[in-house]
Amino acid sequence: MHLFFQELLNGLVVGSIYALVALGLALIYGTMGVPNFAHGHLYMLGAYVAFAGVTIAHIGYWPSMLAAIVVLALVGVLLERLVFRPLRNAPEVNTIIAAVGVLFFLQQFAQLLFGGDYRVFPTPYDKVVHFGGLVATQQQLIVIVAAAVLMIILFWFLKRTLTGATIEAVAQNRAGAALVGIDTDRVSMMVFAISAGLAAAAATLIASINLISPSMGFSVILKAFAIIVLGGMGSVPGAILGAFILAFAESFGGTYISTSYQDAIAFAVLVIILTVRPTGLFAKGT
Amino acid sequence: MRRAFWIAAALVAVGVPLLHPNSYVLDVIAKAYITAIAVYGLNVILGYTGLLNLGHAAFFAIGAYGVALLEKNAGWPFWPALLAGCLGSVVLGFFVGIISLRTRGNYFAIFTAAIGVMISIVLTNADKITGGNVGIVAIPPPPNIGPVSFADDIPKYYLVLAILVFAVAVCALVRNSLVGRTFVAIADNEDLARATGVDVPRTKLVAFMLSTFLAGLAGGVYAAYVGFLGPDQSGLDVTFQQLLFLVVGGIGTISGPLLGTLLLEGVSQWLQGVQQYRFIIFGPLLVVLVIFFPHGIAGGLARLQRRIAPRGPTPSARTANAPEAAAS
Repeated sequence: MHLFFQELLNGLVVGSIYALVALGLALIYGTMGVPNFAHGHLYMLGAYVAFAGVTIAHIGYWPSMLAAIVVLALVGVLLERLVFRPLRNAPEVNTIIAAVGVLFFLQQFAQLLFGGDYRVFPTPYDKVVHFGGLVATQQQLIVIVAAAVLMIILFWFLKRTLTGATIEAVAQNRAGAALVGIDTDRVSMMVFAISAGLAAAAATLIASINLISPSMGFSVILKAFAIIVLGGMGSVPGAILGAFILAFAESFGGTYISTSYQDAIAFAVLVIILTVRPTGLFAKGT
Repeated sequence: MRRAFWIAAALVAVGVPLLHPNSYVLDVIAKAYITAIAVYGLNVILGYTGLLNLGHAAFFAIGAYGVALLEKNAGWPFWPALLAGCLGSVVLGFFVGIISLRTRGNYFAIFTAAIGVMISIVLTNADKITGGNVGIVAIPPPPNIGPVSFADDIPKYYLVLAILVFAVAVCALVRNSLVGRTFVAIADNEDLARATGVDVPRTKLVAFMLSTFLAGLAGGVYAAYVGFLGPDQSGLDVTFQQLLFLVVGGIGTISGPLLGTLLLEGVSQWLQGVQQYRFIIFGPLLVVLVIFFPHGIAGGLARLQRRIAPRGPTPSARTANAPEAAAS
């Protein structure tokens, strides 16, 4: 039973990170129909910006995270403006190919600056907390709380502000939104900024628990796609739900079934869903 | 003109070992040929039916591991092992195709990426069979044909070249056949193709199986040529790299996969010192190409040719590259 709760905690930590990454991906897919295969590499870049903040600039943990969010938001805007906007009317496959070009660049750019090795991300919150026989690091608790706070802020923004409402409007109907005077290009850039910023926050939060490396984006991106397929491609609440389902499946599957195939669970889930429902779970009629 | 291109290409390819018998150069070119075979496979599915198989490298790996394991563990000679490796890849392609082809567009890419990564994970973790991360070493080369030993560089080069010619010829023949024209019809307009009586799901499945056959063929040749093999050959990044070669060369063309692969592998060699950072250049190059020149080198050349000689019998960019490739 003790092991069960320990895995529950781990699932919660990993799920929080998955949720932040996947909802960014879902947000972009929902508003623009772009499957951003470079999203995992934005996550990676976020980790390295924060890493540089902590280890080179010595500006402390939270300012480094903020710097990572801001830098990645800018990178997101650049990507939308330079890469995805010119491809808006191109075949879907071309968008994927362009994203592949971007992720290649980002990976080797990070490798050039920081080397290809795995690096340890130092955290000031490495103390162990005990409660009721469970063991957690401070960092794990910070991940859960910070992710929850970020998600609450995002929902408040999307549901309660006018700017957020423009995003919803574009997601529902791009042409209609443009017709009522919404600047859809601005919305696209904003969505990319939010999505990349969230990925940076997620990467910085988990970086000190996992190691960081220039190739860390590859494993994340496909899991994030598995999650948003699970949650219904463009749905933000679906992405969060899918993230926790996958995280719990992984942490319990890893403990009770097989550690070496833990990473395959996400892909098995994805394959099974698309086998049964080729248009995805909860498919939006597009 | 196109015939002249292929004849010149064939002469150069055959003459390279005589002109430049440096074994390192030969090795680089032969490996590029093997990659090109896989890129031809990717071209069949992406170029002819518009579907992006992001698990392509995994099918390459199935062919490669098939040959390696049958040769090493079951003691099969190379040629039957190669046949079995290709068959394994095609059978897997059949099952993956049946399921994945029901999805469309983005889902297809995501689905096949997931299949590819799962195969990678299995190859890495089933270490009793596949050797795990270490992989398989000392895979025997193809058996001698008469006095010719494929342990030597030059015969090995010609063997790979011959298999490449076979792959290009298959692509060219298929492209000019009725099946090939239905591929293109689907890529151009799937609904229209269906309306004119094309059995779209079956045609896509055939294209997918042909594509995985070429991937498996490339993999099998790779295993015997290089002599060792690891799970990294099945990764998503390998597929991405083949995609880059294809886009640069020209999606949906017959000469594109070869041109793109040779050019970029050549440039990579030329960038020796910074080779591990070549994607800092290639990445943005891919983006620029897909935005401004989505038809790649071969597609661009064909358009240029049509502009110069507008009477050419080439109604569309795709058919502009209809090959006389079988001639080479």
